[in-house]
Amino acid sequence: MMGEPKVLGQLAFQFAIISLIAIGGATSVLPEMHRMVVDNHQWMDSSTFADLFALAQTAPGPNVMVVTLIGWQVAGFAGALITTVAMIGPAFLLTFTVSRFLPRWRRTEWYRVVEKGLAPLTVGLVLSGAYLLTRATVDGVPALIVTAATVAYIFFLKKNPLYVLIIAAVIGAAGLV
Amino acid sequence: MSGLPPPPDGFSVPPEVTEPSVGCRELFIGFFSVGIVGFGGVMPWIRRMVVEQRRWLSEEEFVNLLSLCQLLPGANVGNFAVCIGSRFAGFRGAVSAVAGLYCAPFFIIIALAAFYSNFSHIPVVENMFRGISAAAAGLVIAMGIRIAMPVCRTPRAIAFTILAVAGVLVLKLSLVWVIVVLAPLSIAAVRFVGR
Repeated sequence: MMGEPKVLGQLAFQFAIISLIAIGGATSVLPEMHRMVVDNHQWMDSSTFADLFALAQTAPGPNVMVVTLIGWQVAGFAGALITTVAMIGPAFLLTFTVSRFLPRWRRTEWYRVVEKGLAPLTVGLVLSGAYLLTRATVDGVPALIVTAATVAYIFFLKKNPLYVLIIAAVIGAAGLV
Repeated sequence: MSGLPPPPDGFSVPPEVTEPSVGCRELFIGFFSVGIVGFGGVMPWIRRMVVEQRRWLSEEEFVNLLSLCQLLPGANVGNFAVCIGSRFAGFRGAVSAVAGLYCAPFFIIIALAAFYSNFSHIPVVENMFRGISAAAAGLVIAMGIRIAMPVCRTPRAIAFTILAVAGVLVLKLSLVWVIVVLAPLSIAAVRFVGR
């Protein structure tokens, strides 16, 4: 199963396309990935897909790493590598191209106006994303206390957030959250 | 400003225009360090690394770059790494930053998958991640407040922040629709209100 070139080619092609429609990141194309992986190609069943997503959430790093797991599940290490590169590559090239124009744009009046107009929307999107994330993960008073304590820690102690994650992990492992 | 002849050498560049010089190695290490700790979302860690620790960007620049990265397809954090890398060290910088961001999580996630096909269902792990997720949500909230501070200083900016929140939470629109509908209005508002 490691080296089936046809499957590897399909993975590369499919995820390259997904990469280019993933505005807002991997989470926004999750339904599309599910349709492709589970329904169209029948590479895995729905519950395996859900398991991979859960596992990806557990690991450190960008959410997009769920595609690495999908590739791994379908075609082993080669699959993981190809899927990851296919997911990162096209977006990389597009973003890089845009980034080369940035120094020039930033000196123009229109771009400053656009930036100024987009900034509040970005803030709004991050804040509502934070709310949705909290709603999805915080399901009781203890969890809410951990969330609130984390916010307070960031603002008042200004220490490395890693400590708060470790403490939260220990409290969680002890079954208190 | 535009009427002045170009400076003959680097000396006459005003200080606020000079950028920190950042090499490929630093870009790789910086993004590597957020890749390995970024549980439950990497963006708060990137903001901390780029704005607070290494001071590669100001708070405003961070928000502006984040706006752009949200508009482009692909992982926002990946796009962010590309933009930062490209800005400071061109193509090689972009590759360094992206490689730094993804390399550790790539191997960690494969190791987890190889050893535990059902890792996330082990009760202790599941409980541990309930704790981590609750804290990670706090990190995103804190980042939201942080980036709101330099932006939400005018009634116009506050109004459009509220509209974006309402679009997502009340009307349940996707990111794309919020941008498509609100961006033209918000940009026009900057034009008319002036600030």
